[in-house]
Amino acid sequence: MIEVRDLKKNFSGHPVLDGVSFQIEAGESVVIIGRSGGGKSVLLKLIIALIQPDSGAVFINGTDIVGLTERQLIQVRSQFGMVFQGAALFDSMTVAENVAFPLQRNGRHTQSETTRLVARTLDVVGLHGTEHKKPAELSGGMRKRVGLARAIIYEPKILLYDEPTTGLDPIVSDSIDNLMIRVRETLKVTSVVVTHDMRSARRVGQRILMLNDGRIHAGGTPDEIFNSTDPVVRQFIDGVADPEDILF
Amino acid sequence: MRLVWLCSPPQMNEFGQKWIIGGFKGLGQITLLAKDAVASCLTFKFVKRDLLFQIYSIGVKSQSVVLVTGAFTGMVLAAQTYFQFHKVKMDTATLAVVSVSMCSELGPVLTALMVAGRVGASMTEQIDALRTLATHPVDYLVVPRLMAALIALPILTTEAMAMGIVASYVVGVFLLGIDPAYAWWNMLKYSHDVDVQIGIVKAVVYGGIIALVGCYKGLSCSMGAEGVGRATTEAVVYASISILISNFFLTLVLEQIAVIFKL
Repeated sequence: MIEVRDLKKNFSGHPVLDGVSFQIEAGESVVIIGRSGGGKSVLLKLIIALIQPDSGAVFINGTDIVGLTERQLIQVRSQFGMVFQGAALFDSMTVAENVAFPLQRNGRHTQSETTRLVARTLDVVGLHGTEHKKPAELSGGMRKRVGLARAIIYEPKILLYDEPTTGLDPIVSDSIDNLMIRVRETLKVTSVVVTHDMRSARRVGQRILMLNDGRIHAGGTPDEIFNSTDPVVRQFIDGVADPEDILF
Repeated sequence: MRLVWLCSPPQMNEFGQKWIIGGFKGLGQITLLAKDAVASCLTFKFVKRDLLFQIYSIGVKSQSVVLVTGAFTGMVLAAQTYFQFHKVKMDTATLAVVSVSMCSELGPVLTALMVAGRVGASMTEQIDALRTLATHPVDYLVVPRLMAALIALPILTTEAMAMGIVASYVVGVFLLGIDPAYAWWNMLKYSHDVDVQIGIVKAVVYGGIIALVGCYKGLSCSMGAEGVGRATTEAVVYASISILISNFFLTLVLEQIAVIFKL
């Protein structure tokens, strides 16, 4: 369903991705882990073509989306939902308007259908009764839930999560994890989760890919990754800093 | 010391090159944005509700500021013109000068400058969110603003012209004691339809400039509050400069057209 082939991306001459290749099957839940600034979010943006790679290909259901125009990509992106790190809610709109936005844009639903679907989706993410609040009135966890509600209301086939639990306390993180698992199982979506929260990665992922030095360094089931003896994987899982990275 | 370093030839060359290249790059990108926006307008890819909201946001919400600006500009212009004309016993020509100035120059320019800060949209990560929601940012953000500005600016300009003339009449007649009959007669004699037409054409052009510059700056702004703040300031500054510069050339061109076609 998603195939990434030899993807390369530089920013100001600095290679962020240096030949990344992998495949994700339909309905699979894959977690991409790696150090901060290692290119995980860039990879996610390349999958949905928010940015273009320097070289390589991204196939979505067999179609190479690299080089498509913004208008051609509208059709491709209708299969995607994305939950942003900062939720990326529209500040001027209420929660209900944010969640209803994709339905109103595609114009296939009546106002009453939209209202009903918004209420049901907010119920699914545990935010019943927040319809009239503005994003600024919500906590970080609530904003992410609204972001998730907005991403799933039109039942996309692929869901991309950009660090969904970053900045949240362990209890809220756990509830977001539960929500991601529930959404995956209910909607049978393909999930790609970028995170460096190892607890979340273990719970949510059916397969984990580790990005290191711009390449996929390791891949396998959560058990395989967590039991890996590879020093780079081990160091990341155990959270041990390099001696030269210790500044004080 | 720093100034010397900045002005030394190699750095100056590099700075100049960057400035020129950046300027051309920006112009090119605004042109592409305009092309995309026009194509979207012609294929009706925008939602009418968004257009109405923008007309409300740009047009209705700018009413008070435009009316106040028009009124006080007309008043001060009347007073200043009167003080000069009084010396040569031309008091009754005051309203004629105000009327022509308000219609062809001050009305459109000041209205555009007042509206310039209202049109832009800085959304940073929200633009990426729009794109993931299968929405083209040009259709959703640019086209409604462009169309709303093209519709609202001429209406607002007309209001500013009228307000300025009425206010100048009040000041001239009731405060400065100009004879109302002669003032009115002179105003009608020296003001022509073409002055209003030039003002309206200018307002349409300024509407396009304001919308495109504001949206371009909003779409290309960098992440974070600092990026949004800078984009907002730059949008207003660049739109204002573009309006003032284009006003000069528009005046020359439109006056020539008026002469050629005997308008």
